[in-house]
Amino acid sequence: MIYPTDCANSPDNAIGVLGPTGEIAVSERVRIAIVGSGPAGLSAAARAAALGISHVLLEKSDHLSDTIYKYQKGKHVMATPAMLVLRSDLSFDAGKREGILGTWDQQVSERKVNVRPHSDVTAITGEKGNFSLALKGGDTIEAEAVVLAIGTQGNPNLMRCPGGDLPHVQYQLNDPSEYVDEHITVVGAGDAGIENALGLAADPAQRNVVTILNRGADFARTKEANVKLLTEAAAAGRITIRNETSPAEVRAGELVLDTRDGQETIPCDRIIARMGSAAPRSFVEACGIAFTSPDREAFPVLSPIFESTKPGIHVIGALAGYPLIKHCLNQGYDVIEFINGNAALKPADEPILVGKFAKLGAKRTVDEWLALLSSNVSIFNELSALQLRELMLDSEVRSYARGEVIFERNAPGSSLFAIAEGSVAVEVNKDNPSQTVPIEQGSIFGEVGLISGRRRGATIRAAEATVAIELSRNAALKLIATAPAAARAVARISIERQVLQMFGSGLTKGDVSELVAGAEVRTASAGEVVLAEGDEGNDIYIIRRGSMIVEKLVGGRPVFLSYLPAGSYVGEMAMIDGGRRTATVKAAIRSELIRLPGDVFAQLLARKPELLRKAQSDMAARRDINAFVEGRKDNFSGVVDMYSQTAQFLIDNGIGEATDVLLIDETLCVGCDNCEKACADSHDGLSRLNREAGRTYAHLHVPTSCRHCEHPHCMADCPPNAIKRGPDGEVVIDDTCIGCGNCQRNCPYGVIRMDSVPPAKPSLLSWLLFGAGPGPGEPSKNWRKKHVAAGAEQPKKAIKCDMCSGIEGGPACVRACPTGAAIRVSPEGFLSVARLEAEG
Amino acid sequence: MATASPKRTQLGRKVNTDHEGFLRLAGFRWLKIALTISIATSIGYIVADFQPRPNGGSWYGYTLGTIGAGLIVWLALLGVRKRAMTSGGWSLKSWTSAHVYLGLALIVIATLHTGFQLGWNVHTLAYMLMLVVIGSGVFGIVVYSSLPSALSANREEMTETQMVEGIAAVDRQLNDAAQPLSLTYSDLILTALNEDPFRQGLWRRLSGKYSGGATELAIAACDSAGPVPADPAIARVEALLRRRKAQLDRMRRHLRLKALLEVWLYVHVPTTIALLAALIAHIFSVFYYW
Repeated sequence: MIYPTDCANSPDNAIGVLGPTGEIAVSERVRIAIVGSGPAGLSAAARAAALGISHVLLEKSDHLSDTIYKYQKGKHVMATPAMLVLRSDLSFDAGKREGILGTWDQQVSERKVNVRPHSDVTAITGEKGNFSLALKGGDTIEAEAVVLAIGTQGNPNLMRCPGGDLPHVQYQLNDPSEYVDEHITVVGAGDAGIENALGLAADPAQRNVVTILNRGADFARTKEANVKLLTEAAAAGRITIRNETSPAEVRAGELVLDTRDGQETIPCDRIIARMGSAAPRSFVEACGIAFTSPDREAFPVLSPIFESTKPGIHVIGALAGYPLIKHCLNQGYDVIEFINGNAALKPADEPILVGKFAKLGAKRTVDEWLALLSSNVSIFNELSALQLRELMLDSEVRSYARGEVIFERNAPGSSLFAIAEGSVAVEVNKDNPSQTVPIEQGSIFGEVGLISGRRRGATIRAAEATVAIELSRNAALKLIATAPAAARAVARISIERQVLQMFGSGLTKGDVSELVAGAEVRTASAGEVVLAEGDEGNDIYIIRRGSMIVEKLVGGRPVFLSYLPAGSYVGEMAMIDGGRRTATVKAAIRSELIRLPGDVFAQLLARKPELLRKAQSDMAARRDINAFVEGRKDNFSGVVDMYSQTAQFLIDNGIGEATDVLLIDETLCVGCDNCEKACADSHDGLSRLNREAGRTYAHLHVPTSCRHCEHPHCMADCPPNAIKRGPDGEVVIDDTCIGCGNCQRNCPYGVIRMDSVPPAKPSLLSWLLFGAGPGPGEPSKNWRKKHVAAGAEQPKKAIKCDMCSGIEGGPACVRACPTGAAIRVSPEGFLSVARLEAEG
Repeated sequence: MATASPKRTQLGRKVNTDHEGFLRLAGFRWLKIALTISIATSIGYIVADFQPRPNGGSWYGYTLGTIGAGLIVWLALLGVRKRAMTSGGWSLKSWTSAHVYLGLALIVIATLHTGFQLGWNVHTLAYMLMLVVIGSGVFGIVVYSSLPSALSANREEMTETQMVEGIAAVDRQLNDAAQPLSLTYSDLILTALNEDPFRQGLWRRLSGKYSGGATELAIAACDSAGPVPADPAIARVEALLRRRKAQLDRMRRHLRLKALLEVWLYVHVPTTIALLAALIAHIFSVFYYW
């Protein structure tokens, strides 16, 4: 629905004439003011209209649901989570963007929802029962309660320099072909700015003189392809790039610039300002609403009825941490019911929780279970009912019989377990299962897998009948980020356990209490030196997240000695031998280390001679490597050099955070692309790998393919939590993917693409014998277009390597390589001196 | 090292991650098997007593013939194995390794099968076709083991698409930069731009030599304007032309290497089909005229 500025449907209780550009400031009074007309705000307004509550829905643009409105034409919008029932006065089903917006527009006008377009709220003041919402243009809205549903999109950053409010400054470019014969300046050299500038200069017949201003000296945060096109356009004289330049003053027909060499004035008829957008947080905080933490990812603190720390202001939707449309629609309904005094309303997710707890058999209601969890489990103590409910949605409740295995040593897993009832036993010695350490009711386990992202360190069994909550990695990380007490508890327990695990067994909590008290966690950024060869010092470090590389100077050159994954420790040699550091240890990727005071450690070893012996035998292996490299430096220094540089190259290309990566030995690769074809034929006809792309060093090629990172970047921001780690350690995207593209943007290695499943191909035999179909591998775009079944619209989803999960025989790329060029490796297996010995 | 992280074990799946090429697979396992078969059949040929002389029609000849025919069919099935991405613990690398060494052993087996009796008939046709197939295969082994590093070094991390795009980008810039030049120069540059730099042709692909060279001519013309052309437009065009030349050279080397890696298959595969037909004719005629 597009609302013309001058004829908004005016509510009965309005005073004066509506219109944001109206000269007379007007004000109106309603019971509930809803800010933002996305799914959450719309649903809230529809509920208010259905209950006959006086309300107004404030939307800053001229159409409803701006975020969805700006989706590309024809985008397929998905309705996940499928199991969640929809509770809203608006209908919603998966479908095309146009259909969904059309339905909402129609229902909004049918249900007499009071929409006020062009109403940009600039401030909210007052108290519960008497709020005042100031709008851009001078109007105000009086309301008893406010529902904030403004999402996370934010507002474009405005030109702050004098003249920034002149009419020829615009913040969006809809149709670049609209402008001819103009001097146009694009401010901001992000992707949006570069794409706009390229669009304006694309057709020389428009005779536009296009300039782009870049505040920095280079284009650090933009897509490489865009930068290439831009520099090419600049080389051809179609666009002028001005680096280290910012606008100083906007005048009619010209623009004053602040350059590195002073001020300069250029002719300018139009300014397209693309300087990013400000997250809505500062606005929200200005309303008096507190956030859970200063982190960028934090959400407002909310009560079970979505009320913020400012009484009377409720926050729902993406801003509250619920990015899915269905959640938003449900919350819009719920929040109006709550404000209207309906205290008995159960959240829409109640049936899901009932289902989760029903499996346990015990006759308790959901509320009783939640109360039990809250009191029994220490890390849940401080959570609000709303937080605990949400946590439970992402978690599984399981009961275990006495002796049942909860997880096994070396199984992949990054979830966190909390014991609600009962207790468990940890098998600390892999050779002797009877040697166990108990973990009591209310405590947690599995935290090492969560923090390190690596496989489980020990098998855990239920010591008696036990009920445990398994928090998914996302749920656990969210809990740690939002509940400081839980974060402290997890940190303390994980340090203690990691110290105990260092020597496998034989220590009790009492033995290490002094060590744990003196321990501290420090982070190291990629490349940061933690220990320098030749330095004094006897502290010991446990790597709890990330990985380290060990180097030694041989003949003035650093020689790569080894790769240390999370869970390893370093620094004990200098402590035991009392000398200087014998090698340099630096972070391969951003890592976290636990620093243990060396003196306390030495006292502990003095008390426990068997530990000292174990430490010494561990050290012998490291001494051997040192001696090996020292001894060979003269006869094959070239090989050692090559090995060091190859190791460095692999670390630089993300192998340090990988768990399983595809490498191609280009001394064997004949370029047949059978790996890509096999990949496509094993996965619905879509290849998840680009053999040719990627970096190469010394004929070792890292193709564009998933590395299955320890801490997958793609998992960080997945609205339906569709990205999981599978049973073989693979990172997979499941069917609940909504195709938002967040993972594609978050992946630093560019291995995720968005595509729809192509139509099925004729069989291999009919291709071999009769030439039917496109043959092995991914079908061409043309073939796909011609053979798509009519009416069967396939949504675009995120596609990435799943390590051929569930396919017997393992990854197809490796099996299908005719020459043995394609290999899959884990960093600790590949970056070892064993390889050097084999080759040397 | 202080602590070693657990050795990777796939749960429920066996995955081979050995880093070794198809020729060296499992300590030259298939080379050893192929040698054993060749030596054993040769000894059998020498030891067994045939009257009046060794012949494809003796019991030993039929045995060798059956082994040979079975091998030929199995070797031909590599083409299907390569393209049928079924699940299971097979690896194409092992298939290739066995294909190479058993294919070479076929020379011994089939030659012994002939009993060195050759003539102008369908039987010898099948034998000769087989030798052509094996010969082209040997060429394949040679290029597979010698060219991949050159292919990798030549592309310098660029993909084929990037190479084509790179040339297209230089072409666009050349087109713009040539606008202010005089007719003589712009004609030369237009000729260079309009010339298809990768015209088809087996010889061009394999040698990497493409006659015409309008880009070189244009560079020479710019050169003749002096070492440092007075006209900055000419200097700019010349720099772009040189860049175009370098990129064309890279692309042509790339195409040449890829052609060498593939060209033998255009002999190997069709001749295999012909061989299978001749083999059927050979077997049919032997039993028809028995």
